[in-house]
Amino acid sequence: MIKLVNISMNFGSKRVLEDISLEIAKGETMVVIGPSGSGKSTLLRLIVGLMKPSSGEVYIDGQEITSLDEEELNRIRLRMGMVFQYSALFDSMTVGENVAFGLRQHTSRSEEDIARVVRRKLRMVGLSGQEEVMPNELSGGMKKRVSLARAIAFDPEIVLYDEPTAGLDPVMANTIDRLIASTKRIMGVTSVVVTHHMNSAFNIADRVAMIYDGKIVEVGTVDQIKNSENEIVQRFIQGLKVSPGIYARRRLTNESEH
Amino acid sequence: MSIAIIENLGRQVINGLENCGRIVLLLAETFYHLPRRPNMRHVLHQMAHLGVDSLPIVLLTILFTGMVMTLQTAHEFIKYGAQSSVGGIVAIAMGRELAPVLTGVVIAGRVGAAITAEIGSMKVTEQIDALRVMATNPIAYLVVPRFIACIIMAPVLVVFANVIGTIGGYFVATWYAGLSSYTYLHSIEVFADAQDITGGLVKAMVFGGIVAIIGCYKGLTTTQGAEGVGRATTGSVVSSMIMIFIANYFLSLLLFQ
Repeated sequence: MIKLVNISMNFGSKRVLEDISLEIAKGETMVVIGPSGSGKSTLLRLIVGLMKPSSGEVYIDGQEITSLDEEELNRIRLRMGMVFQYSALFDSMTVGENVAFGLRQHTSRSEEDIARVVRRKLRMVGLSGQEEVMPNELSGGMKKRVSLARAIAFDPEIVLYDEPTAGLDPVMANTIDRLIASTKRIMGVTSVVVTHHMNSAFNIADRVAMIYDGKIVEVGTVDQIKNSENEIVQRFIQGLKVSPGIYARRRLTNESEH
Repeated sequence: MSIAIIENLGRQVINGLENCGRIVLLLAETFYHLPRRPNMRHVLHQMAHLGVDSLPIVLLTILFTGMVMTLQTAHEFIKYGAQSSVGGIVAIAMGRELAPVLTGVVIAGRVGAAITAEIGSMKVTEQIDALRVMATNPIAYLVVPRFIACIIMAPVLVVFANVIGTIGGYFVATWYAGLSSYTYLHSIEVFADAQDITGGLVKAMVFGGIVAIIGCYKGLTTTQGAEGVGRATTGSVVSSMIMIFIANYFLSLLLFQ
């Protein structure tokens, strides 16, 4: 469903992603973990076409998207939804208008029909009856749930989550994890979740990819990642700092293996 | 030391030219999206928000400008026995320059700042990215309605400004300077013609476009959180005013020579 081939991304002279290749199957939940600033969110932005890579290709359902113009990209984006790190709700609109936004912009459905969809999606995320509330009246967790309702309003095939549990208490983080899992179960979506919360990652992932310093250092199932012999992965899971010495040693080993 | 100054100057010139280029590209893209049936609900909302809500401050500014203009003109002209020209001079100055330029300055401060602050805060909170992810072009959705609203409402504001400025002048001329109603109004009839009004309206339309495009550009290029929004808003007002004064000179050459 999603395929990244030899993706590199530079911001000026800074290399953020280096030769990333990753394939995500239809219906799979891929969780991308890694420390802050390792390039995880950039990866999501490349998948949804908000950025173009310095080199490499991004395929969505077999279609290469890095060479598409904005209008062609929009046709692909209609099949995607995204939950942003800070929710990115339109603060001049009510919750209901936020969820209805895509439907109003891109369909000719009647207002009754749109209201029905909004009610259903808000019920899915546990926010029934909140249509008229303004985003600034919501808690962080509620905003994330509205953001999810908005992302799935158009029944997308792919949902991207950028740090969906960041800044939430553990109970709310669990609620969001359960919503991500139930969205996949009910709608059969392909999900890419960027997080640095290991609990979240292990709760919802089919597979986990770890990015460190712009490179994918390990990809595998939850058990494979938990039992990984990669020192960087183990230290990250245990919440320990990866010292430059360990990383340099790992790079040297990888280079000599190639 | 001197090389560093020259380098810094060069960098600023290059940045300025780059910004001008990007503003022209934004304008071109706005024109590209203009014929594609803009959302009229948004356009009307922006016309009310940016235009109608600016009316009181525009009227207040122009009323007192018309009054002080008449005060100064009448005072000098009466000394030289040219009181029969006061109304005409005030009307021409109001129609050609004062009403469009001062309205432009007022909307640069009020409307330009509001546009930049709104779009800038949307930019730093990823709402612009959210629009793009939802397959909605931010220029078509945000810039086009504001551009249309400004180029329509700026001339409308100037019409009101012309009326109120001339009325303000009338009261000062008749009550303070002792001119008769007939002298003031007849002078307007003799000196001013339709071109003075239409030229001013054309100017206002251009100024409205400048305020909208620069306001949107500064908003769309905002970075670095709340501090960035403040910086972009100030930059928007300053740049719009500078561009209005520059454009005013060339438009005056073009329209009134």
